[in-house]
Amino acid sequence: MSFLDRLGREWLFFDGGTGTILQENGLKAGELPEIWNLTHPEDIIALHQGYFEAGSDVVVTNTFGANALKYPDNLREIVEAAIAHAKEARRRAGREDAYVALDLGPTGKLLQPMGDLPFEKAVELFGEVVRIGASAGVDLVMIETMSDSYEAKAAVLAAKENCDLPVCITMIFDDKGKLLTGGTVDSTVALLEGLRVDALGVNCGLGPEQMVPIIRRLTEVCSLPIIVNPNAGLPRSEGGRTVFDVDADKFAALMAQIAEMGVHVLGGCCGTTPAHIRQMIAACADKPFQPPVRKHRAVVSSFSQAVEIGGRTVIIGERINPTGKSKFKAALREDNIEYILSEGLAQEDSGAHILDVNVGLPEIDEPVMMERVVTRLQSVLALPLQIDTSNMAAMERGMRLYNGKPMVNSVSGKRESMEAVFPLVRKYGGVVVGLALDEDGIPETAEGRVAIAKRIYETAAQYGIPREDIVIDGLAMTISSDSRSALVTLETLRRIRDELHGSTILGVSNISFGLPQREIINANFFTMALQNGLSCAIINPNAEAMMRAYRAFLALSAQDEQCAGFIAAYGNQPPAAMTQSAGQDSAMTLAECIERGLRERATEATAAALRETEPLALVNSELIPALDRVGKGFEAGTLFLPQLLMSAEAAKAAFEVVKDAMRGAPQEQKGKIILATVKGDIHDIGKNIVKVLLENYGYQVLDLGKDVAPEVIVDTAIEQQVRLVGLSALMTTTVVSMEDTIRLLREKKPDTKVVVGGAVLTKDYAESIGADRYARDAMATVHYADEVFA
Amino acid sequence: MIAVDRSEVLRYLGYRGGQIEDAVEQSIDRCTADLLAAVQPRGTYRRFALAHPSPDMLEIDGLQVHSVNLSRNLKGCGSVYLMAATLGVEADRRITRACAVRMSDAVIYQAVAATLIEAYCDELNDAIRAQAAEKGLYCRPRFSPGYGDFDIKHQRDFIRLLDTPRKIGLTVTDSCLLAPIKSVTAVIGVSDVAQPCHRKGCEECEKTDCAFRR
Repeated sequence: MSFLDRLGREWLFFDGGTGTILQENGLKAGELPEIWNLTHPEDIIALHQGYFEAGSDVVVTNTFGANALKYPDNLREIVEAAIAHAKEARRRAGREDAYVALDLGPTGKLLQPMGDLPFEKAVELFGEVVRIGASAGVDLVMIETMSDSYEAKAAVLAAKENCDLPVCITMIFDDKGKLLTGGTVDSTVALLEGLRVDALGVNCGLGPEQMVPIIRRLTEVCSLPIIVNPNAGLPRSEGGRTVFDVDADKFAALMAQIAEMGVHVLGGCCGTTPAHIRQMIAACADKPFQPPVRKHRAVVSSFSQAVEIGGRTVIIGERINPTGKSKFKAALREDNIEYILSEGLAQEDSGAHILDVNVGLPEIDEPVMMERVVTRLQSVLALPLQIDTSNMAAMERGMRLYNGKPMVNSVSGKRESMEAVFPLVRKYGGVVVGLALDEDGIPETAEGRVAIAKRIYETAAQYGIPREDIVIDGLAMTISSDSRSALVTLETLRRIRDELHGSTILGVSNISFGLPQREIINANFFTMALQNGLSCAIINPNAEAMMRAYRAFLALSAQDEQCAGFIAAYGNQPPAAMTQSAGQDSAMTLAECIERGLRERATEATAAALRETEPLALVNSELIPALDRVGKGFEAGTLFLPQLLMSAEAAKAAFEVVKDAMRGAPQEQKGKIILATVKGDIHDIGKNIVKVLLENYGYQVLDLGKDVAPEVIVDTAIEQQVRLVGLSALMTTTVVSMEDTIRLLREKKPDTKVVVGGAVLTKDYAESIGADRYARDAMATVHYADEVFA
Repeated sequence: MIAVDRSEVLRYLGYRGGQIEDAVEQSIDRCTADLLAAVQPRGTYRRFALAHPSPDMLEIDGLQVHSVNLSRNLKGCGSVYLMAATLGVEADRRITRACAVRMSDAVIYQAVAATLIEAYCDELNDAIRAQAAEKGLYCRPRFSPGYGDFDIKHQRDFIRLLDTPRKIGLTVTDSCLLAPIKSVTAVIGVSDVAQPCHRKGCEECEKTDCAFRR
């Protein structure tokens, strides 16, 4: 029988520790264990044979760390030897009924943007091993000891794209139930179920006892067979050796308790031996086996959070979308990702649960932009994302690079749409928005919309996508053109809930298109939709009226225990009249606000001053002099860095108000400057400080980010005709790329000046690598820019 | 819970006396509380044999290290502890997030994180010292790759010898930077002779113009 014929239908048992046993046999700290496949073949065969004889149904190959990063020259040889040893052990043990699993452990690198391994490179590294393993004839792929959801996703995709074998995966959680990168059981299960693995679970890190809370949560949320491979207790150092406290008897007793929790595959990890496994099997094999139960949960996830759809209504922030927003469109055209990030972060602060991401503009390369925005957003915020596009290439890029199980917006009842979107959802996982429209347009009746919803469910099922992963959009259409349209939408919501037991979603504000004071209609319609069972609301969470309606509804519908959420949101807010600044403070001038770093007050003071003063006069008489005083104070050491930056932020806020007042008038830009942290360097805080100051002083900064290749910097300098480039590098190892960048720049664009900064740099060092100027801090860079552009 | 020494935070921020605006004080309090709640420092250490085949060369568990400064630091030691510690990716994430929202917060997070990882290293160092003391041994000041002429490329060896990617989620980039960023590796020499012990590293460092020198 094949592995899949048995998985989830009967007990299956994995093997136990590999590395810890090899260490007993003489493997040294830091020595690569996979080398032993070549140097100590009999040890490896004996290790596997011990487990087969102990009763393991699955033995994993000694390939945990086998990838091209660690074995650039002999990867194939190492992996093929490992598989041959496992098969030989199976033959010697007479266990032809048992399976050999190709073991894949983490790469040992951190993925971008936190580390330097690109996601696709990780997929390729795993893929290479999978191809070797599949052609050498393993029975399944076992991905294990993953502590990062993103790397886990890379490994699963690699396995699925390079073989047809079953794919199992176990993750390593800590005693707080978290992955090292912050994921929870819920978020991890959502991701892995979405990627359609065959079984998932937990290994390493903890002993059986400490794993119990994690296993309990797994059994509550996971619909797949669950694997449990604990250590033999917690590791402890004894005379320079790592030892584990749980012996075979105790391990077996603990695993027998776990076997009653509703799990399906049992084994061991570090510190466990064939004796542990033998006794575990003896203690567990006769326990009643409970097959996995489908949980029918609709969950989207980020690297750390899981949001369930179907309970309390989920708020989806709509602000990352260029439609009708000139500033957002400009940001997309200018590649101003920071602006898009700030839109996302503001919505997170306002209480959104998920963020919609739409970056479609006719003149930009949408797949590239989607990839860039998704990867940047997920590096700074923890909310799950909704990939919103009608461009299938952009949808696939977004879903693939996304660190979690995304929400996808959208599919419709059109055949062509379903044929394009469902394969992506099948492959990458996702909760998909199903628009209740088809080739014939939008049905005018709820009846018609419900019929399309049914068809979407049925078609999704043919792709193996469960109905809970579909959320039906009841389609809010403006009441300004059809006065009954809200009623039809509300009836659709109700009937999807009551007749189809499905979830629903609406772009709520469409209801008021063409009307004045839209927020009044929007907020009231939102309450009505909530009352009619709306599961997800795409709204602007920064619009206070909408969030008020939402929080009030939760409190009124017994979904806010003791009104705690409501009180937390509104309990400390003074009545509106009190929020005006108190008497004497309001006399503070704009210059004072800037010098004291008060951002909100600077905004108010600017608005007030503009009632009496011309914008340019205000800039020259108050803003610039205040900035200069702060700059001088910083250089004299009387003000320190946070004060300088807070003043800069206050000045920036003031400039925004001035700009709005001057709208239409030509804006003066002193010059264009490229800033970049050089290739190989991921420390970009210094560069970011410089950026804030340069912008304050009226320069346009092209921020190329961190780990930037010399070619990118030089090409941008040529394309945009940039006269000054600022480079930062933290370490001597990365100053080398700084030097490379300067050399290339001299060759290709000799008239551009280069200013450099960073922890290890000095004036002499900067000169020796050919820079025009060393800047010891941000103000020094500003002064140099003033020289260059004078 | 590790205490965050405010004067250290101010030092990392380049504070040299004078009045601190209330707004700055409040930001420091807010960022400190947030970071402490968000991060989970992790560390690991292990003792290895040490040999001194020549005056400017060392062998740690067979690994050759050419460094005059480290040799001086470890003179008379028969073994070393290697230690590694990290605040994890969440600290990096907070800093990155603040860079997108408010740079003044970003520099404060970075200073608090630097203070925190040093304080955590001091804790680990204390545990190591206690372990050594049980065996009647004394510890030298900790010394990290990148100090003096101790080549930063040895970060790779720390990562490998201590198996830090698996144990504490600490990795090294191709350019030998630690990732997550707020991480430290260090060597602590062990000998049976007591020596006046400076736990801090500035005294050994030759970058005398460093802005952060104590």
